[in-house]
Amino acid sequence: MLIRNQELETLSRSDIRQLQLERLQAIVFRCYKNVSFYKKKFDEAKISPDDIQSLDDLKKLPFTTKADLRDSYPYGMFAVPLREIVRIHSSSGATGLPTVVGYTGNDLKNWCDLCARIMYAAGVTRDDVVQIAFDYGIFTGAFGLHQGAERIGASVIPTSVGHTERQVKIIQDYKTTVLACTPSYALTIAEKMSEMGIDPKSLNLKVGLIGAEPWSEAIRGEIETKLSIKAMDNYGLSEILGPGLAGECEARNGLHIQEDHFIVEVIDPETFEVLPVGAEGELVFTTLTKEGFPLLRYRTGDLSRIDDSPCACGRTLARMSRVFHRTDDVIVVRGVNISPSQVEAILRKPDGNLPEYQIIVDTKDANDALEVLVEVSEDLFVDEMRQLRELHLNLEKKVHAALGVKVKVRLVEPRSIPTKDGKVKRVVDLRRGDSQ
Amino acid sequence: MLRVRSIKVNYGAIRALKGVSFHVKEGEIVTLIGANGAGKSTILNTVSGLLRPVSGEILLKDSPIHKLSPAQIVKLGVSQTPEGRQVFSTLSVRDNLILGAYPRRKQSDKSEIRKDVEEVEKLFPILKERNKQAAGTLSGGEQQMLAIARSLMARPKILLLDEPTMGVAPIMVAEILRTVKKLRDGGMTVVLIEQNAHAALSVADRGYVLETGRVVLDGTVEELLENKEVKRAYLGKGYQEVWE
Repeated sequence: MLIRNQELETLSRSDIRQLQLERLQAIVFRCYKNVSFYKKKFDEAKISPDDIQSLDDLKKLPFTTKADLRDSYPYGMFAVPLREIVRIHSSSGATGLPTVVGYTGNDLKNWCDLCARIMYAAGVTRDDVVQIAFDYGIFTGAFGLHQGAERIGASVIPTSVGHTERQVKIIQDYKTTVLACTPSYALTIAEKMSEMGIDPKSLNLKVGLIGAEPWSEAIRGEIETKLSIKAMDNYGLSEILGPGLAGECEARNGLHIQEDHFIVEVIDPETFEVLPVGAEGELVFTTLTKEGFPLLRYRTGDLSRIDDSPCACGRTLARMSRVFHRTDDVIVVRGVNISPSQVEAILRKPDGNLPEYQIIVDTKDANDALEVLVEVSEDLFVDEMRQLRELHLNLEKKVHAALGVKVKVRLVEPRSIPTKDGKVKRVVDLRRGDSQ
Repeated sequence: MLRVRSIKVNYGAIRALKGVSFHVKEGEIVTLIGANGAGKSTILNTVSGLLRPVSGEILLKDSPIHKLSPAQIVKLGVSQTPEGRQVFSTLSVRDNLILGAYPRRKQSDKSEIRKDVEEVEKLFPILKERNKQAAGTLSGGEQQMLAIARSLMARPKILLLDEPTMGVAPIMVAEILRTVKKLRDGGMTVVLIEQNAHAALSVADRGYVLETGRVVLDGTVEELLENKEVKRAYLGKGYQEVWE
């Protein structure tokens, strides 16, 4: 059994709770003292940091949302002066203002350790050659796994994303054993391999660290067959840490959450009520050790359930089920978050009317493809073809510009989009098995 | 070994501890650092039973001790070396040590106690040299060693040290810290309180930083030393570096 931090990953549940209580009290106090956003929220809710006397008291605290982070753009929620921050990452900002996160020296060290933990759990050792095919840039994915692999002592190849033929050459020539990338890119690489006539079984690849997008068990099977690897899931959000928050062990029975650094809650996204262990709901995380950018009860929008029973691997850290759905209609396509409201903003006519529309996500040619169906009113259809074509091109261009992802727009006749209970389903994600 | 959960302690109308939680594992030196009035000594006095928490709990090996008397707590293996030494100054060094075995006078015969005296004198050779001298004639550092040695005579499982380096000559500070480390290496569990954060962090395994009756930070010694706030407030270095 591969456990990197034998002591902390196998603490008894009561030791975990003790550690969490200590750290929760300290971080709540630090947030109140150093982050004006939290001071204001606490004061409004008439809560004092001293009210946290048990882990159960966590639910007295207000939630933090993505909107709160945007409102404090860029540095409003940092808990230390900027000069103590040694790294800054941020989200893409495709859906409005990006969220900016800062790491102190200790934060980076913890991040590195936690990435090392999940990678070790997935089977990465110092003898491995790890190819990081995530985008190196302002996102957290590549850097997180990069430093985690280095901490383990593996050999890291920072290939970043793209140049697929070169990626394949490197896998073959440099004898890559571990590939880290998104599920869609894993399939792109697999396709390129078969194009180049390379048998994956002839390669040294053994493990895939796949993440940053939701991917079904069917896709997992496809990746594993086509690349001849074991594809392991991990979970993280740039707001909270980046990768390293949770990851699968060899038992592949959920993702172990690093509970010495985070408290997880599952809430009902409608009533905000905390749900009992085992119930499905929205994941809410509280950071326990972060110095630069601590978050209390951050709502992720991701749906999952928690299991805190002992795992076959020996870890006592609770597990979250794999995330396939979100509470809102936000979809992740090629690592970019897309919300229907962005599409709506473009489709809405000057008179305020909104045509019926539907967003369809599918995996085509190993890549996520996005299609938007738009119902066009009858008067438009009888008009000239030229006008129609112009509208079509115009929409496609606008949607592409707004989302940052290539989109196919299809104009359809009125009432041709299927409805359920009189309502059009705004998002159909064929990747997760939605029916059209 | 020791688990403290959300203890609140009042001095009259003043709340000295506002919900402090920490834990100490067996064979570990844990330090509590913080400025004057942060609540460090209050914590030790509460653990040893001299003060009663108004709420919260203290568990020693999973059983609650916060409602027991100080004498009962000592018997369970918690020994405190008080701030400012408080040795019996007119008694000889040796007699001070023998008095330290008082809590177990009924269980141990004289030969056992004599053996323990020899043991602690091995740990603190200076005390053997001066065993007949009145304790009040020792230097500050020597008195501190005597105070620690006397606590050990109760055969504690966990030793609470309250500012053992206060008012002690630098050369003796190093000696005392070396001994604390030696005790830990021998399996002793130690809670060390220090205003001298430098000294504390040089021997401890983990630490908690206290501020106005609350824990604001915990971590391994390496993590605390890396924290700029700790550097600024308690180590007095990098002040300019941090705030200019």
